[in-house]
Amino acid sequence: MHELSITQSMLDLVLEQAQKAGARGVGKINLVIGEMTGVVGECVQFYFDFLSKGTIADGAALSFTMVPTTARCRGCDKNFELKEFDWTCPYCQGNNMEIVAGKELFVESIEVE
Amino acid sequence: MEIKVVKDILGANERIAERNRQLLDSNNVFAVNLMSSPGAGKTSLILQTIKRLKGKIRIGVIEGDVSSSLDAELVAKEGVPAVQINTGGGCHLDANMTSSALGNMPLKDIKLLLIENVGNLICPAEFALGEHRKVLISSIPEGDDKPFKYPLMFHQTDAVLINKIDLLPYLKFDAQAFSRTIKKMNEKVKIIQISCTTGQGIEEWVSWLLNQIEKG
Repeated sequence: MHELSITQSMLDLVLEQAQKAGARGVGKINLVIGEMTGVVGECVQFYFDFLSKGTIADGAALSFTMVPTTARCRGCDKNFELKEFDWTCPYCQGNNMEIVAGKELFVESIEVE
Repeated sequence: MEIKVVKDILGANERIAERNRQLLDSNNVFAVNLMSSPGAGKTSLILQTIKRLKGKIRIGVIEGDVSSSLDAELVAKEGVPAVQINTGGGCHLDANMTSSALGNMPLKDIKLLLIENVGNLICPAEFALGEHRKVLISSIPEGDDKPFKYPLMFHQTDAVLINKIDLLPYLKFDAQAFSRTIKKMNEKVKIIQISCTTGQGIEEWVSWLLNQIEKG
């Protein structure tokens, strides 16, 4: 459900950037979404379709690059993907780690005409 | 033509949250963003906290709910300033709503602001309000698997209060495994077992809270 406000914020950001570039239309929006945010691409698409109506982004294609949740073990300094959120280092079985990827939520680029 | 953007989608919210934080700091108010599932005990904890801190520290409360002002009325009965935010269907508070509520809060008269977020373990994790600390209440009947299902929430919080601990003998809940899991996700988190019904652990919670206010 937080996809509604996230999509609105994303659209505001895209329109602002497109207008700054003097664009007449937005063809594509490239988004980067970390797995840990729980943001679901289909929901963003669903909200985008009605929020963008009547704007220059109406009909733009959304492209999602999903970033897996990645941790760095502070014990052995190795990076690994957190699957099922087990939160145990597969190399040294350590439990002390920091998240290095997976919380992303940004607009990478837009294609305008 | 491709335009590089590389901008955080929630950047606008972050900027308003930063302004809220400055407003709170300039009034010397310490704010706590209280989050949990519906029914975990946010309002009960607020009432207990008010009771324990009456006469010691002046408290204000912002109540976030999808609809109704039941919680704000309950809190106002205790004689503390309370502002209700109705999100009108929205599943979380955001910095903008908080900013409006701060405008109706007598900031000069309070030292501690408790912000009760909408009951939800997903969305509030993404939206900063301008708070100094995040506190998560997780109650025994919800089950001990919640950290696995809502990792971001558990990963980001400053404290987890395990509420309804008086129900432990009646329910299948492995409190030790639960705490172990949370510590793995969030090394510095403070975990306190509490019961708003029996009062167990409330003293420890309040003293942790006062300590945090001192730290700022």
